[in-house]
Amino acid sequence: MASFAWFPHTDEDIRVMLERIGVENLDALFDDIPEAFRHKGGFDLEPALSEQQLRAQLEALGAENARLKVFVGAGAYDHYTPAVIPALAARSEFLTAYTPYQCEISQGTLRYIFEYQSMICALTGMDVSNASMYDGPTAAAEAVRMCVASTRKRNSVLVSSALLPQVIEVIETYARYSGINVVVSDSVLEDVCEGVLDLAGVVVPSINRYGVICDYTGLAEEVHAQGALLAMYCDPSALAVVKSPAEWGADIAVGDGQSLGIPLSCGGPYLGFMACRQEYMRKLPGRIVGETSDAQGRRAYVLTLQAREQHIRREKATSNICSNESLMALWVTIYLSLMGPEGLRRVNRLSSEGAHYLYERLLATGKFEAVFPDQPFLKEFVLRPLVDVRRLQERLYAAGFFAALATEEGYVSFCVTEKRTRAEIDALVKALEEL
Amino acid sequence: MSNIKEGLRYSESHEWVWVDGKVAVIGVSDFAQAEMGDITYVDLPDEGDSLAAGDDFGALESVKASSELYSPVSGTVVAVNEALADQPEKVNEDPYGSWIIKVEMSDPSELDALLSPQAYAEIAK
Amino acid sequence: MKYYDKLVFELSKPGRCGFSLPEHVVEGYAPELPERVRRTEAPALPEVSEVDVVRHYTNLSQMNFGVDTGFYPLGSCTMKYNPKIDEEMAALPAFQEVHPLQDPATMQGTLRVCYETERALAALTGMKHFTFAPCAGAHGELTGLMVMRRYHALRGDTARTKVIVPDSAHGTNPASAAVCGLEVVVVKSRPDGLVDVDALRPLLGPDIAGMMMTNPNTLGLFEREIGEIAALVHACGGLMYYDGANMNPLLGVARPGDMGFDVMHLNLHKSFSTPHGGGGPGSGPVGVREGLEELLPRPRIVRREDGHFDLLSEPSEASAGRVSAFLGNLGVVLRAYAYIRLLGREHVGEVGRYATLSANYIKEALKDCYKLPIPGLCKHEFVFDGLINDGAREGVPGATTLDVAKRLLDFGFHAPTIYFPLLFHQAIMIEPTETESLETLDAFIAVMRQIAEEAARDPQLLHDAPHTAPIGRPDETLAARQPVLRYAKG
Repeated sequence: MASFAWFPHTDEDIRVMLERIGVENLDALFDDIPEAFRHKGGFDLEPALSEQQLRAQLEALGAENARLKVFVGAGAYDHYTPAVIPALAARSEFLTAYTPYQCEISQGTLRYIFEYQSMICALTGMDVSNASMYDGPTAAAEAVRMCVASTRKRNSVLVSSALLPQVIEVIETYARYSGINVVVSDSVLEDVCEGVLDLAGVVVPSINRYGVICDYTGLAEEVHAQGALLAMYCDPSALAVVKSPAEWGADIAVGDGQSLGIPLSCGGPYLGFMACRQEYMRKLPGRIVGETSDAQGRRAYVLTLQAREQHIRREKATSNICSNESLMALWVTIYLSLMGPEGLRRVNRLSSEGAHYLYERLLATGKFEAVFPDQPFLKEFVLRPLVDVRRLQERLYAAGFFAALATEEGYVSFCVTEKRTRAEIDALVKALEEL
Repeated sequence: MSNIKEGLRYSESHEWVWVDGKVAVIGVSDFAQAEMGDITYVDLPDEGDSLAAGDDFGALESVKASSELYSPVSGTVVAVNEALADQPEKVNEDPYGSWIIKVEMSDPSELDALLSPQAYAEIAK
Repeated sequence: MKYYDKLVFELSKPGRCGFSLPEHVVEGYAPELPERVRRTEAPALPEVSEVDVVRHYTNLSQMNFGVDTGFYPLGSCTMKYNPKIDEEMAALPAFQEVHPLQDPATMQGTLRVCYETERALAALTGMKHFTFAPCAGAHGELTGLMVMRRYHALRGDTARTKVIVPDSAHGTNPASAAVCGLEVVVVKSRPDGLVDVDALRPLLGPDIAGMMMTNPNTLGLFEREIGEIAALVHACGGLMYYDGANMNPLLGVARPGDMGFDVMHLNLHKSFSTPHGGGGPGSGPVGVREGLEELLPRPRIVRREDGHFDLLSEPSEASAGRVSAFLGNLGVVLRAYAYIRLLGREHVGEVGRYATLSANYIKEALKDCYKLPIPGLCKHEFVFDGLINDGAREGVPGATTLDVAKRLLDFGFHAPTIYFPLLFHQAIMIEPTETESLETLDAFIAVMRQIAEEAARDPQLLHDAPHTAPIGRPDETLAARQPVLRYAKG
């Protein structure tokens, strides 16, 4: 049997401790648990592995995953992670800390969260950001709840059908249990202009599920005229170049921070960001870090505005969330520090170059038709396939690509990030030409 | 010993009421502000909100606590002390000078159920 | 002030860059965006060199305290040591490079990790199936309550709108219930700290969806009458929900499924040793007893008859819905899997036993200095109600729990959880976990005794603590009255 290195107890230690407590043996510590509930016999687990065996086991499991070149986005983007990020985020003072309750010895965590909040505000144009949430879709669901909480006695939220499917599904799930009426709309501006009874908020994507950069001229004015809030779901990486939620007049900005240097990791951990205009600050759910000073006038950071939160308000809290995705916020903060405004622009330009090149080459194969020929896009687009989608995908998987994700509408979706080289794009097209 | 101002009526949840014709002017007692400690925010209702006696109409917040405010009377909110939004410390400094809302009463007889300063002194200790 | 004691924004200089990217992928292909959708002003992000970024965040890390820095007896948080191999395994490119929407056939390794972790969690808890979709404990609670509501809704029983929560519960319980559209009914604890079964009975009825419990509860006490409580709640038609925040002492000892719980969540970042990351990412898998698996959120990982793994992604009538973007925080699940494989069936029985041993040892060694409101055996944690002698004297108030906590920081220990549970005014909640040595526990005990002596002699010394941390106690009132929540160029 493999030894377990993480228990420091010697037999002598155990004896000393039991004696101090005044019980006979370890099992006697559980005398307060009724006999019927004490587990008899062993547990149906595998035998213990040594560290070396574990390594071999996980490497073998990893080999069961195909290694593919990713040409799909749809809410998870294969952007490059600079080496600095894992090197710094692995520092165990960050990694093994808890939520920064003891602020005097948590200034590292508190300060990077303050920087994170500042960066999210810079990208979105909003005034206040929280310390992050689980992921983009849950942040969107919280935004829906926030719209309802900010507009007393209103209970309906209009949600664009062009949001990513997982965003709509999570919004609908949360709303279903909190009794919020969600209306999914194909034409948000028209529906708002017609007037929706009880309208508390509207949620739209900055870039939609087809990759199209949306034009929301006039939408915020109409939403506000109805006394409702406008929430915008954004790809934060793209916000370096596309109009920000603040520029569109939105009240709340949400989205997934994964595109800011966080690996795909089959769906998580990612990070949901959430920011709002000043007047809704008290309705913003989640942890928030603020700046203050100590008695000697030294700059200090603390968790603040906590009276909104579950440990004080219990059932009247703005949300039940009591953590954030702190370490992922650190990833994003380091990423944005390295990139700066120019680096983020560059990432968008490189992605856009690859995407537009692929778009053109795919149309030239004659196996696809354009769906939104006159609409602007950055790194993601959809096409209508003129060949069998299953065969298409099988061919791509066989050639080592994950591309042409089938959508509900019968389109196929592609995404190109700065990680994809021209040679890879050419190879993808070649694989399709052979079809 | 907290200060209990004469000439006011009090609720068991530590609000005071000063009656001005049909309007009830409502704030919180010295005892309540002292219990809360440094008040950091006063959550206020909107003008025009209608309240039943016992409804919560807002909250006082401190760094580590939140306390709901309950209306001692039924009626319509006709004024809100917006100054408290920027200066919540006024409630600590001058609880009886810092009214929070004014309510036009729909049933002034509800006042009879409130406590006199003497009766309130039994609770506020 | 140290040179690097800044915000990263304050290290910024126009024109500097910390990125290494090519000039072009395919030159000439990126069209200018139309003006109507183009951003007008560049975002005010810092412009910093790589070396400045590295020094800045290295210096920030040195202002932090983690489990790797020292003993972290934070009650209800289970701050056990996190094996380093787990980090390295989670960072394997074969796992990190998988896109969540790939065909399941191309991610069999990842799905196998999830499936085997699910089997192990089922074996340890007595539940039948788990989902990894929830990203944290509170998220798991919410998901579990959704499952509970779905269970009643599918039976057409729509009158069950209330959930019972003990007064000792974590604050997330009532908050999660409220987010799930349930009304909270509080059941009181008896003076011995356990749920008052006599007070519970009259609360039960056709409007009760179920009851949420932590066992052991937040006082570290095992709810002995759990069998009777579960029977009562089941008899009225409700379900039993197990809040797994305090699962650690039961790991390898007892199983919630055997006690009558129907739905539960676990915190992989507590009992299963994944690092807390300064407040996340965590993972809050939700388990259900047999017969309730169809109610779990989508997507669900299933094993086909041919041994391959698949995903059930389509929304279904029975399913509670979708609670997160994809499959949950699989990077965290991977670490938990590694931990479970290291423990194996041979060592799992030691987790709860050693955790309980450590907690009782500290309790017995300090109960003559700190008030112990409920004597007797505790499980993984216990609660003191402040100092026995707080040193109060004419003109100098006594030392409070907050003062004790802040003074501990001067000795290189993290503070316990304080002012929770709310049942006591000066609560100090201590949870040592199973990964601390006798010497560490003795050192902590010695410091706690010294602090008690200091309090009796000179409480002002404690009021002024910490004396050696990077900052003193900050002005939290100022922070809340005049919130400064982002950097503004000064």
